[in-house]
Amino acid sequence: MKKCLVVDDSRVIRKVARQILEELDFEISEAGDGQEALEYCQAEMPDAILLDWNMPIMSGIDFLKALREESNGHEPVVVFCTTENDMKHITEAINAGANEYIMKPFDRDILEDKFSEVGLV
Amino acid sequence: MNTDDFKFLVDRIKDRSGIVLSADKGYLIESRLVPVAQRNGLTTVEELVKKMRATPNAALMEEVTEAMTTNESFFFRDKTPFDFLKDYIVPQFLQSRGSNKRLNIWCAAASTGQEPYSIAMVLKEMNAKMPGWSYKILGTDLSNDVLEKAKTGTYSQFEVQRGLPINLLVKYFKQTGETWMIDPAIRAMVEYKYFNLLESFAPLGKFDVIYLRNVLIYFDRETKKSILERAAQLLAPDGYIILGAAETVIGITDALRPLKTHRGLYERNSAAAGTGLAGKATSTLAGATSSRPSSVLKTSGTAAGRR
Repeated sequence: MKKCLVVDDSRVIRKVARQILEELDFEISEAGDGQEALEYCQAEMPDAILLDWNMPIMSGIDFLKALREESNGHEPVVVFCTTENDMKHITEAINAGANEYIMKPFDRDILEDKFSEVGLV
Repeated sequence: MNTDDFKFLVDRIKDRSGIVLSADKGYLIESRLVPVAQRNGLTTVEELVKKMRATPNAALMEEVTEAMTTNESFFFRDKTPFDFLKDYIVPQFLQSRGSNKRLNIWCAAASTGQEPYSIAMVLKEMNAKMPGWSYKILGTDLSNDVLEKAKTGTYSQFEVQRGLPINLLVKYFKQTGETWMIDPAIRAMVEYKYFNLLESFAPLGKFDVIYLRNVLIYFDRETKKSILERAAQLLAPDGYIILGAAETVIGITDALRPLKTHRGLYERNSAAAGTGLAGKATSTLAGATSSRPSSVLKTSGTAAGRR
């Protein structure tokens, strides 16, 4: 079973994402900010990360940059999932090593499409 | 809605478009036709049917047919039909076509444009491998409403997230507020035209590839047969037809035969045409009569394996 880390400071979003991804056969872990996510990854790299942008303590983009610096940090497939929906943010995310990008609000179809786009489903 | 009214609608829509609404499409009637009723100053579908029964009204009939037959559409729907083009069809034409560097593609149910634009993006991405080639993509549909939207090349945030990889969004779209507009260069690769599949195909021209996806499912068997056979006649001898995931030619016509290696891809079956020997005869003929370069056949695994 593939492991997916859901990183979002909103418990509601984490719960919704968990529900959808569990139906797609992922084992889910959660983190409430970038720092927590980074610590999780340093212990064990997940197969996939669903990543919010704006979070307290450490943002999603800072987390992504730090993750890609880690020795196995290139392994997880990272899918941004954020209300930031302009070209500037999208480009910045891709340049930092994001594999896909979801603009909130999202639904099951979008999440499934994007995960299959990067070969996770 | 009572069965009498439902039958009335089904019959009128079939007369006009050839499309047969089965009973399981009944759930669409309320959601699709209430807005039509409201646009015509009525409140319920029952009133709408009553009005249609009272006086024949072509414009209203058109509106109802459009509302009932419009499909959901998204970019790179089902993915493999576009991989076929990129990994199999175009590489083959590059080898076999010589100086004939024209590629004519027809999307027979273009809807709001996602399919033709997906094809255009595939070809644009392959540009460097296809020096000197010119493309024409024709998108037709029975609904003027969807074609108008297709022509604008404008999509909502929701629509650009269905099936479209983020790198292609960045590369080929421009954002204005909440909407995303396709690159004028991609837009210019597609010509849109109103077209009813019950009419003669002759004016459309000849095609190398025909995308005839998720539209046959709405027709009865006779109409399916007629559409497939007329489409086969428009096809170049080495051309292909791509059907939807739930569609097939098997048991309907032997004018086309499926490629075993590529599910959903069909080629002309000139050898068996008119013999009524689809099935057994064609499976043995397929290998023997194929004029395709063997090197291309060997590379075909990538697209097929990824469904």
